[in-house]
Amino acid sequence: MEQSVTGGGAAEGLPLPRAFLARSRGAAWGDRVFMGIVRGCVAVFVLIMVGIVAALVYESLPAIKHFGWRFIVTSNWDPVVESFGALPFIYGTLVSSLLAMCFAVPLGIGAAIYLAELAPFWIRPPMGFLIELLAAVPSVVYGLWGIFVLAPWLRVWLQPALGKTLGFLPLFKGPPYGVGMLAAGIILAVMTVPFIATVSREVLLAVPNTQREAALALGATRWETTRLAVLRYGRSGLIGAVLLGLGRALGETMAVTMVIGNRPEISASLFAPGYTMASVLANEFTEATSDLYLSALVEIGLLLLGVTVLVNALARLLVWSVGGSVKAVRE
Amino acid sequence: MRRSTMRGRLVGAILGGLVLGWAAVPAPASAEMLMNGAGATFPYPIYSKWFDEYAKIDQGVKFNYQSIGSGGGIRQITERTVDFGATDGPMTDEQLKKAPGELFHIPTVLGADVATYNLPGNPKLRFTGEVLADIFLGKITKWNDDRMKTLNPGVTLPNGPIIVVHRSDGSGTTYIWVDYLSKVSKEWEQQVGRGTSVKWPVGLGGKGNEGVAGQVKNTPGALGYVELAYAVTNKLAVAAVQNAAGKFVEPTIASTTAAAAGAAANMPADFRVSLTNAPGEAAYPIASFTWLLVYKDQANEAKGKALVRFLWWATHEGQRYPSDLLYAPLPAAVVKQIEAKIRQITYQGKPILAAR
Repeated sequence: MEQSVTGGGAAEGLPLPRAFLARSRGAAWGDRVFMGIVRGCVAVFVLIMVGIVAALVYESLPAIKHFGWRFIVTSNWDPVVESFGALPFIYGTLVSSLLAMCFAVPLGIGAAIYLAELAPFWIRPPMGFLIELLAAVPSVVYGLWGIFVLAPWLRVWLQPALGKTLGFLPLFKGPPYGVGMLAAGIILAVMTVPFIATVSREVLLAVPNTQREAALALGATRWETTRLAVLRYGRSGLIGAVLLGLGRALGETMAVTMVIGNRPEISASLFAPGYTMASVLANEFTEATSDLYLSALVEIGLLLLGVTVLVNALARLLVWSVGGSVKAVRE
Repeated sequence: MRRSTMRGRLVGAILGGLVLGWAAVPAPASAEMLMNGAGATFPYPIYSKWFDEYAKIDQGVKFNYQSIGSGGGIRQITERTVDFGATDGPMTDEQLKKAPGELFHIPTVLGADVATYNLPGNPKLRFTGEVLADIFLGKITKWNDDRMKTLNPGVTLPNGPIIVVHRSDGSGTTYIWVDYLSKVSKEWEQQVGRGTSVKWPVGLGGKGNEGVAGQVKNTPGALGYVELAYAVTNKLAVAAVQNAAGKFVEPTIASTTAAAAGAAANMPADFRVSLTNAPGEAAYPIASFTWLLVYKDQANEAKGKALVRFLWWATHEGQRYPSDLLYAPLPAAVVKQIEAKIRQITYQGKPILAAR
C-alpha cells in the first residue's frame, strides 16, 4: 500500500484506491480546477507585487529624473526649497535595525534554547504564551511606552552611565536626550524578539530527538549537545527566524517614529537623534502638497522596498553559504 | 464518488462565494445625498461635530469627511474627486492655477499654537518673536541667556541647555509656527522658510501634538509648540508671546479670535491670509484660520445648494460649537465678509443663494 502511493500512476495494474478514484466522474476536471485555483492564488501575489513596484516607480519618476543619484547619496532634506537627499533615512533604517538585531538575536535565540531544551515542562506553555503575547502588542503602544518609560530611563540612567564609562568611544558621545538611535534600536529589539524567539523555538523543537540522543550517547554535555547537535541542525531555520525579525525591524514605523527623534542627520553617536525611511513617509506623506515633494517621498518608499529586498537577498546568500553542511545533516 | 462530489461542492462553494461577493457590493443609497470631503486633520473634531448637528436639521444630506491631511485635501479637490476640500495652509497661486475651476477659501474656525516648556516649577514665561526665532535657529541655547532674563525679570532661569522639540509630521500646526517665525525674523525666513515640514536647524522631532508634549514633559529644559486645544486639555505650561502691538498676550480662545478681528480690516478678498503677528492689542500672534475649499461654480445643482446651505449654517449657527472643542470661533466682522463670498457661489453662472 505504501509503495502504491509513491509509485501510483502506472498505466496497468493500478492499485486499488487509484483505480477506484479513476472511475469517479470528473476526477481530471477537478484536478484542473484545483490547479487553476492554487495557481490563481500565487498569481494574485505576483500581481500585487508587480503592481506595487510599478506604481512606486511611476509615481517616483519625477523625483528620479530631477535628482538622479544625488537622491541616495546626499543628506539635505529641505521640503521648503524642494531639495531632497535620502541618505540619512537609509542610514537610520539600516543602523536602527542592525542595532535591534544585536540585542534581539542573542536574546531571542537564548530564550528559544531555554524553552525548547532546558526549561521544566510545566513552565514551557506559559512562558511561550507570554512571549507570543509580546508580538500582539500594537506598535503604537510600544511607542508610548518608549516615550514615557524607556526614553526617560535612558536619559537619566543608561546614557549618563555609558557616557561616563565608554564616553571615549564616538558611539556614546553627546548629550543624553533619551530619544534617539539607541532608543529606536531597543524598541525594535523588544518588538522583534517575540518573532525570533517563537520561530526559533519551533525550529529547535523540530530537531529530531535522535540528534540529541546521539550527542548525549557520545558523552557530550548539555551545552555541547545544544551547540553541536541542535543549533547546527536547525541553523537555516534559525536564520529564517532572524530574517523574519529583521523584516519587521526594517519596516516598523509608528514606534520608531515616536522615539528616534526624527532628525535627518548622520551621526556616529547612538545618543543622537536619527530618522528612518518608514518614519519620514509616515510623518510627511499626508501634508506633502507639491508634486516633487510627494514624488520624493514615494521614491523613499521605493528605496525602502529595495533595501528590504537587498537585505533579504544578502541573508539568503548567507543561508546558502552555510546551507551545504545543514543539508548534508538533514539528508 | 463521495470524494468527487465533495470536491465538486467545494469548488462550487468557492465559485459561488466569488459570484455572491461581487453581487453583494452595495448599490449607492439614492434617498439621501452624499457629500464627500477630504483634507486637514486639525479641524476634524469640529467638522464632525458640525456634520452631526447639521444632520439633525437637514436629513437630506449626509457628509463623509476623510481627514487625510491638507495636502490630500488640496489634491482631491483639484482633481474633483470630492465635493469640498479642507486645508490648514492656504493654497499657493501655482496650486490654484492647476485647479480646473476657481476655488474659494472659506474660513471656518481658528486655531493657535502655543509655546510649552519644562522648567523646575514651570514659572510663567514671556517670549518675543525674535527670541523664539533665535532659540529655534539655535542661536540662543541656554535658558539663562541675557535676553531671556530681560524678558522674564523675577524668574529664576536655570543654567541649562534649551532642548528644542518640534513636530516631525507635516502639519498645519507647524505651518502656523514657522509662518510666525518667518514674519518676526528675517534670518528664519531666509534660512528655513515656511511649510508644513521644514528643515529644522536644531531640535528633536515628536510625532503629533502628543509626541511633542510627551517629549517636553519628559525632558527637563525642553521647549516645544503644540496647538492651543491640546495645551488647554492637558494643562500644559504655556508662554505669553509679544504681539505686533507690543503687548504680551496669553494664548486663549478669546485672544485667538481677536487675531482674526484685528486682521479683518485688511482682509484680502480670497481670505488667503496669514493671521500670525496680527494687529490688535488683544490679538495672540500665533493664530491661523483653517479653510474649506469649494469651487465657485458648482458642477451639480442639488449638491451645490446643499453645500452652500451648510457653509452658511457652519459660519453662523455653527459658530457656537467651536469653543467647547477649544477652537476659536470667527469674529462677527469676518463672518460678514464670508457671507458675501458664499453668495458668489454659482451653478452654471447663476448665484445659488438668493440675496437676503
